[in-house]
Amino acid sequence: MSSRFDNPPTVATTDYRSRRDARHDTWFRRLLKTCALLVLAALLGAALATFWGGREVLFHDGFRFLTNDTWNPVADDYGALAPIYGTLVTSSIALLLAVPVSFGIALFLTELAPHWLRAPVATAIDLLASIPSIIYGMWGLFVFVPFMASIEPALSASLGRLPLVGGLFDGPPLGLGLLTSGIVLAVMILPFIAAVMREVFQTVPVRLKESAYALGSTTWEVMWHIVLPYTRSAVIGGVFLGLGRALGETMAVTFVLGNSYLITGSLLMPGTSISSSIANEFNEAVGMHRSALIALGFLLFVVTFVVLLIARLMLRQLARREGER
Amino acid sequence: MLKSPRRTLRFGALAVLVSLALTGISAQATDVTGAGSSFVYPVISKWSASYAEKTGNRVNYQSIGSGGGIAQIKAGTVDFGASDMPLDAATLAKFGLGQFPDVIGGIVPALNVPGVAPGQLVLDGPTLANIFLGRIAKWNAPAIVALNPGVKLPGTKITVVHRSDGSGTSFNLTNYLTKVSPEWKAKVGEGTAVNWPVGIGGKGNEGVSAYVRQIPNAIGYVEYAYAVKNHIAYARMKNAAGKVVEPKAASFQAAAATADWASAKNFDLLMTNAPGAEAWPITATSWVIVYKKPKNAANSKVVLDFFKWAYEHGQPAASALDYVPLPPSLVGQIESYWKAELKQ
Repeated sequence: MSSRFDNPPTVATTDYRSRRDARHDTWFRRLLKTCALLVLAALLGAALATFWGGREVLFHDGFRFLTNDTWNPVADDYGALAPIYGTLVTSSIALLLAVPVSFGIALFLTELAPHWLRAPVATAIDLLASIPSIIYGMWGLFVFVPFMASIEPALSASLGRLPLVGGLFDGPPLGLGLLTSGIVLAVMILPFIAAVMREVFQTVPVRLKESAYALGSTTWEVMWHIVLPYTRSAVIGGVFLGLGRALGETMAVTFVLGNSYLITGSLLMPGTSISSSIANEFNEAVGMHRSALIALGFLLFVVTFVVLLIARLMLRQLARREGER
Repeated sequence: MLKSPRRTLRFGALAVLVSLALTGISAQATDVTGAGSSFVYPVISKWSASYAEKTGNRVNYQSIGSGGGIAQIKAGTVDFGASDMPLDAATLAKFGLGQFPDVIGGIVPALNVPGVAPGQLVLDGPTLANIFLGRIAKWNAPAIVALNPGVKLPGTKITVVHRSDGSGTSFNLTNYLTKVSPEWKAKVGEGTAVNWPVGIGGKGNEGVSAYVRQIPNAIGYVEYAYAVKNHIAYARMKNAAGKVVEPKAASFQAAAATADWASAKNFDLLMTNAPGAEAWPITATSWVIVYKKPKNAANSKVVLDFFKWAYEHGQPAASALDYVPLPPSLVGQIESYWKAELKQ
């Protein structure tokens, strides 16, 4: 009877095999490297292409393009300040509203909800994430804007009277504007953030949580002192995924923001955002106007990059402080 | 049931034969392409369907916006372009192009003033300009009251709604305001997109009308065809002759007929603020742009034949879509322009 020990692998075959494996490894490594570089190339290409497309305005105006608050296609005088302002304000409102709510949803689903409820709600969140933005825009325009118009007089009368923040809620009750856009954006990015948070909260070892509970911690304390520190970088990653979407969102914002090149202190006033300006005007734009819109696209890259950079720095700062403790 | 596979086969063979025969026919017909203004898209696609039935020639029109249409015809990628803004003589000469109007439409001020019935309010050019400048901020301002004796106007703030996207509608409105208000001319000017002094922007006719409907005391402007189809309340206007007119086919055609086309070279003329007694002051058209010496002469011949057919037989289709056919006098001028400039 022959066993597998009868024909031991010779030096020649092992040598052949290891060489083949090494070759496969090299190819695999190269393939992966290409994939990663492709992303980089696409990003660089898009940034360069928008920079090149916007060169007329960028070279002509330089930094004035960033600080100029007029947008006058007739006089070919373009400034990006109003769109940048609108983009940042609406995205901030969206984050401010969406992050706590997503945190609550994720916390509830991983810690408190009865088991039969977890799967359906998680699926519902994923479904919310897949609704196209034009639908949010239509909903915003036909349902949410009239609702906001009906409550805005009450907002102005109550919150508008407060010192410091009163100015934020002072304005005509149009129903559309920065606040409305911010809320619609919050609804849009909420599923993304909640889904990521839920996934990562589930990765926390049960042993850690059980130990904390055994020591007499409340659910909140377990969440705040065990789960959140354990998953911090992933949670922040999820938040920035949502922020990225909010910064670049086009259709929904176009419908409810009011599309005026205004910089106002009031959240009830209309404004404009970078992406909605491009979507609105690109169709009929020629010459300098077109160049200015492409330059706006380039600025969106810059704004997103700066925001992500700040996030990275904050994360590093947090980690350092953690180390000192 | 046993026979059914064979029957399916026979049907399949028949279908293949028929489709082969059809492609054989259409290979002889000419396909021409055009691109540009979204304003004329509904009527051109309607005309194109009827024209294809009659002649077998197909006209494919892409509604990509006037700017895109001009760029495409300059690049020579289409057989004709359509633009809501006429090209000037220098540009036409530089690229060897010719242009002529195709169909007429009107732009109406859309309103939502509580207590004021549709069509009840009357405005004139300077007042409309002052509203869009933010100079007139309330509905019971003296200028509006003077134009509307007997109408009860509320003392509420006016919310101005304009187009947020670049559009021929905005171009024609701002052109009108530029003609009637020196201040508008100095401060804002005319264009498909301008620096609006006040108000909020809605995307497209549908965006503007949605805002006007939802926001009490709002005023905006939309294409007449859109306003009619969606039952949007509009204002009447006092025209250049000092007469109050309704927006309707007759008043648009009056504007086209009384506009001074004869002295406008290459039909480079906007019909806003036309002098006729019955003329609607914000009447607009769009221009078809073609090559004078086309690379593909056969296709260009079909393009002109298509529009000739449309001027003669396309009127019911245009009227059904609330566009207004060109008056016969203008069609005559266009045909002599074709003979003189396009050698057709």
